[in-house]
Amino acid sequence: MTTPMTFGDPRAVSALVGRVVRAAGKLTRRVTLMEVCGTHTHAIAAAGLRRLLPPTVRLIAGPGCPVCVTPVGYVDRAEALARRPGTIVTTFGDLMRVPSSRSSLERVRAEGADVRIVYSPRDALQIARENPEKAVVFLGVGFETTVPTVAGALAEAEADGVGNFMVLSGHKIMPPPMRALARDPEVQVDGYLLPGHVSVIVGSDAFAFVAEEFGLPAVVVGFTPTDVLRGVETLVGCLAAGTPKVVNLYSRVVRPEGNTTARELVSRFFTTSDVEWRGLGTIPGSGLAPRPEYAHRDAGLLEVEVPEPVEPAGCRCGEVLKGAIDPPECPLFAGACTPSSPIGACMVSSEGTCAAWYRHERLAAGGAR
Amino acid sequence: MKDPERILLAHGGGGRLTQELVRELFLPALANPALATLSDSALLEKLPPGRPALTTDAFVVDPPVFPGGDLGYLSVCGTINDLAVAGARPVALTWALVLEEGLEIALLETFVRGAARAAREAGVSIVAGDTKVVPRGKGDRAYVVTAGLGVVPPGRDVGDHRVKPGDAILVSGPLGDHGATVMACRHKLGGDGLRSDCAPLAGIAELLLESGAEVHALHDPTRGGLATTCHEVASRAGVRIVLDQASVPVRQEVRGVCELLGLDPLYVACEGRMVIWVAEGEADGVETLLNNHPLGKGTKRVGRVEQRASGGAPVVLRTLYDTERPLDLLAGSELPRIC
Repeated sequence: MTTPMTFGDPRAVSALVGRVVRAAGKLTRRVTLMEVCGTHTHAIAAAGLRRLLPPTVRLIAGPGCPVCVTPVGYVDRAEALARRPGTIVTTFGDLMRVPSSRSSLERVRAEGADVRIVYSPRDALQIARENPEKAVVFLGVGFETTVPTVAGALAEAEADGVGNFMVLSGHKIMPPPMRALARDPEVQVDGYLLPGHVSVIVGSDAFAFVAEEFGLPAVVVGFTPTDVLRGVETLVGCLAAGTPKVVNLYSRVVRPEGNTTARELVSRFFTTSDVEWRGLGTIPGSGLAPRPEYAHRDAGLLEVEVPEPVEPAGCRCGEVLKGAIDPPECPLFAGACTPSSPIGACMVSSEGTCAAWYRHERLAAGGAR
Repeated sequence: MKDPERILLAHGGGGRLTQELVRELFLPALANPALATLSDSALLEKLPPGRPALTTDAFVVDPPVFPGGDLGYLSVCGTINDLAVAGARPVALTWALVLEEGLEIALLETFVRGAARAAREAGVSIVAGDTKVVPRGKGDRAYVVTAGLGVVPPGRDVGDHRVKPGDAILVSGPLGDHGATVMACRHKLGGDGLRSDCAPLAGIAELLLESGAEVHALHDPTRGGLATTCHEVASRAGVRIVLDQASVPVRQEVRGVCELLGLDPLYVACEGRMVIWVAEGEADGVETLLNNHPLGKGTKRVGRVEQRASGGAPVVLRTLYDTERPLDLLAGSELPRIC
């Protein structure tokens, strides 16, 4: 591979590692930084960045993988909808293998349910156009980044009168859980790497509260190794100097005010609601539910029988999602729970903390350098 | 405009329409004496000396036509390549079709021409075939099932049992072109400059194996790509494989498609590349030799074989940043129906 000077350039990475090490030299204690975006978790693990950092800087993953924070009850309802006669369930691929209380979408599809993987909500809308006699449900799982595309599909469905297109909203927004984490005495986080894609929509100003209310530094960063390392350097610098602030290092795509057009589109169809986060419990105002005037688009209102949700025994996804433990501390990790037979949701999605650790960090004896 | 001619159930019925297909389409394109007799079994000449090698493969690629190939071309290349990387010289192939009622005959012609072209390029004959038609909705346009017969010449021994610590690992060109091209087609990503690497490898494999270089093992990194191939070798040979990310050749276009779809090029399929395990001292010579072959342009050394400590990861990537991470087997099917 030719390596042009890019955001992933090894020379730039090596120079930045030097700068992080120097900045960390001024710390008086070990600090813990949390990334709250699954794409960061994946990027950090794929480049092996953790092993480049000095021992006084610890990187942990927070609740940033949308599939991982989706409660079992949601998957149970999705599965019940898939079994509902005359219904097509459409979903992003990584929900297929998430274990439900009894089965998984992958399995109910094999049993004959019509579950289709799509790459965009508009693909789901297209399926609705082509199957006017069926109810086509899109499984809306994702954060601020994903929701505008769902709202866009809903706007198109409204405009074109595609009456059979519905959404099962499991959408969530990021600031409320970050507040909850900052207040949680179980969680020791000294600074945040803020979600770059989410920030494109909500704007860097939306995270000002992290410094103002909690006195913690935070940086908006992109997803290449140099982005992440610059973020770490900035956080470590703030911590060493005792000057908490929120810095936007991803200004090539993130504006302070975010994308107002996208947010207006979202608020046309959705309103905030109290929802359950796997591992974190119910967080007020952290979900996005369809507005009552769009009840005809809300697949959550379709009547199906949903069993009482059963959380997998022994699974410590909840603590992993809070950054309270690293995946290997879970007794199931890499034993009973692997990417090919996942027990907890953190092992299913490639953005999940456990899957990222399993794939990229698990260098056993003889493997480490 | 006239409606396109389509496959009917009767084309698989063995009657007049079946015979028409055979005489007008298959025989002219695939012409060879063994096929021409149309007997129940193709009778071959006596095999050359050596160990016979027999392989079989099924092809269900979606879409069935893509830049750089089609279902027919791919199916013959894939079968030949399975023989070639076992060290076998291909002798004869069989080629059976399962067609869905309603398939445009023009598309079938494309597959037949593709198969004939691949066979011609590799100097192999398709000596037997079969056609079945399933009702509309019971299949997806066309599937191909093949068998390939080859002979490993006396004294030739390539296989994972010969892989040992110290071996160098090379790839015969950029990785992931086939998988990325098919995925880009399927998701209508455009993808200018993308083209499947699909090609028959019998010639280049023969060049390598007759060069006198100490070749230990050959593989074609199809489904699951280089990482999966290395896993299979590491587990069969009980060794540790270290790949060097900076050396792994991946085209910019392929990298782009992979990034869009969230795929790792190390796991994306090739259909015209070899992964080669050679004795350390041979690596430079093999690199030069293969770079002079049209199908080996871009041959590069990408890794090495080491002793595996107990409990250690079998396949490891040395990243651009000089860190190491394990390369695992894929859990799900990230790339459905690319071959």
